Amino acid sequence: MGVKKEFFIPLTLIVSPAFAEAPARRTRLWEVELRAGRRQGRGENIGRKELTMSKLNMVEAINLALREEMERDNQVIVLGEDVGREGGVFRVTDGLQDKFGVDRVVDTPLAESGIVGAAMGMALYGLRPIAEIQFDGFLYPCLDQITNHIGRMRNRSRGRFTCPLVIRVPYGGGIHAPEHHSESPEAILAHTPGIKVVIPSTPYEAKGLLFSSIRDPNPVVFLEPKRIYRAIREEVPEGDYTIPLGKARLVQEGKDVTLIAWGAMVREVLNAAEQLKNDKIDVEMIDLRTISPMDVETVVTSIRKTGRGVIVHEAPKTCGLGAEIIALINEKAFLSLQAPIERVTGFDIPVPLMKSEHYYLPNPKRIVMAVKKVMSF
Amino acid sequence: MGLFDDYHPLKGKMFQILKPDGTLHPIKEPPLSDQETFQLYQKILFIRLADQKALMLQRQGRMGTYAPIHGQEACQVGSAYVLQKGDWVFPAFRELGATWMRGVSLKTIYLYWMGYEEGSRAPEGINVMPVSIPVGTHPLHAVGVAWAAKLKGDRMVTVAYFGDGATSKGDFHEAMNLAGVFKTPTIFFCQNNQFAISVPRKIQTASETLAQKAIAYGFDGIQVDGNDLFAVYVATKEAVEKARSGGGPTLIEGVTFRFGPHTTADDPTKYRTEKEIEPWKPLDPLVRLRLYLKGKGLFSEEVEKRLIEEAQKEIDQVVIEAEAVPAPEVEDIFKFVFSEMTPQLKEQMEYLKGTLG
Repeated sequence: MGVKKEFFIPLTLIVSPAFAEAPARRTRLWEVELRAGRRQGRGENIGRKELTMSKLNMVEAINLALREEMERDNQVIVLGEDVGREGGVFRVTDGLQDKFGVDRVVDTPLAESGIVGAAMGMALYGLRPIAEIQFDGFLYPCLDQITNHIGRMRNRSRGRFTCPLVIRVPYGGGIHAPEHHSESPEAILAHTPGIKVVIPSTPYEAKGLLFSSIRDPNPVVFLEPKRIYRAIREEVPEGDYTIPLGKARLVQEGKDVTLIAWGAMVREVLNAAEQLKNDKIDVEMIDLRTISPMDVETVVTSIRKTGRGVIVHEAPKTCGLGAEIIALINEKAFLSLQAPIERVTGFDIPVPLMKSEHYYLPNPKRIVMAVKKVMSF
Repeated sequence: MGLFDDYHPLKGKMFQILKPDGTLHPIKEPPLSDQETFQLYQKILFIRLADQKALMLQRQGRMGTYAPIHGQEACQVGSAYVLQKGDWVFPAFRELGATWMRGVSLKTIYLYWMGYEEGSRAPEGINVMPVSIPVGTHPLHAVGVAWAAKLKGDRMVTVAYFGDGATSKGDFHEAMNLAGVFKTPTIFFCQNNQFAISVPRKIQTASETLAQKAIAYGFDGIQVDGNDLFAVYVATKEAVEKARSGGGPTLIEGVTFRFGPHTTADDPTKYRTEKEIEPWKPLDPLVRLRLYLKGKGLFSEEVEKRLIEEAQKEIDQVVIEAEAVPAPEVEDIFKFVFSEMTPQLKEQMEYLKGTLG
């Protein structure tokens, strides 16, 4: 009789059952995302499955696009860290190495600048490489290659040497990630001559835009809003369809105010637009799709109609794309304006860690406030 | 044992065939025939004179900032001579010799330094990339092209030229590492000319040689006398043949000397003395070849005079042609950025045209 010796542990180590449970979902979002991906990859075999299921999320849509394009064009090659055997840390390239082999789906050493520089070489020789940079924050070592060579080689050589490549990067915040995993570098890229910058906002969009990006003879940086990688499920057709680059999407028509956004912010804006119906404010919504070269015509046409605008982006405020769009509207539709255009943006700070991330990201509340400000000018 | 084993960088031997006095180390037969050697001497002389002419043109305001190659001719001629038609060359910015050897006309080269983008366009079929200025960034491209060729089953090799300074750059290391992992048919040709602008080789790295850096990446490195045309030729030939038959990359360190300034905007008297330069003069690749050819009865003052005259005549003609090229059109700076001009670029071009009266 008597208590076993092992039962006696220091009081500090005794934890209540409640504490021992998995912490609140919010703080574990990051890992839940990853685990969800792993489960999906292992169990459902996205790669080999017959597509009886037509509702796909963005990860599945991009995976499908990569698979179909690699079937269609055997010059397409995927390379990056963990893209092959693991199928990508978000499972976007899941199943591709099994199907296309280690020569066409390549696990590379840990070397972002190297991956992108080598991809440029492949493109020079006639392949169509799709380089994956694992996270937005790790794109910066590539800026030397992107700015100094990839965006310039066609111009430098008068068209003799060109770089038809795609750099895919999960980007943006909202998943409670560690530092450097929530960046929005689109303004830096848009300010770089010779490259195109594309940001899808839904699974259907992602596949069509990716096909266009891969087939474009110019280098394209394809930023994938990881916050909504799995948040939206919608019909995504099998087979070939493209969404042109340089053409924005009119998500919904409205007469009172033009809201412009891209990536994960499109969902936030749509949310705000729903709320604004209660205030009888009729919102016109534009999803830019291609950040550079931007579809200025669609934006201007809309502003000429509504006279009021709000631009929403996660990226820091100063010198963000919002500033550029307002400058363009100033050039082309100044006299149509009934009010100064508002920007709802991130701040000129590094994206905070998860406890403070909610302070940073634009949300429907801030968007609604901006619309009301613009409407009451 | 092969060349790369005999001259493993950690053995501390520098590969040399032709000694500074113009005689050969004991060898079965010279690696190049008399005719080849004479013709390559002719080419080296031409390059030296073309290089000097470029320097003069800059001093006269007829050319922009120029990076002279003076002293490095054997590195470039000896290595470029090995390559076949389908091979690709990736220069840095001091490769007048290598790029001319591979079929880029002197006129095109001069046009580049005179500020015409046209000077970066190698003709179709001539696989020479434009000048790459950000140091150490282009070996990655050489690796990528070689990798793609390997995947496609093409038996071609790529050569990236760079200096001692480049071996400190991150991209250089990423390129070497990728080449080692994927066994790409890439020749990394380092022209160790002892200086990165003013920074001497000893400060660039604590490594005893640059060639030994290849060991870390899992492939062969070799240090050769970069002023010895024969050694450069043989080492490159071995490396190229190895690469072409699937043996992977090689790093060749050509030990040479930059007699001139870093560029025409540099004043080397600020960081080196005549006393430091003197010992390298008798090691000049031209001097050595002259002595060798003299020893073979293939050289005389008259021959030299004739070669110089012919070279200068051609160079002068090239200058006339290059200077006759008209100024570029406005469209020129816009139309090559993308495959098709974007609406933004069209608009900006129209705006610029409107400001030009």
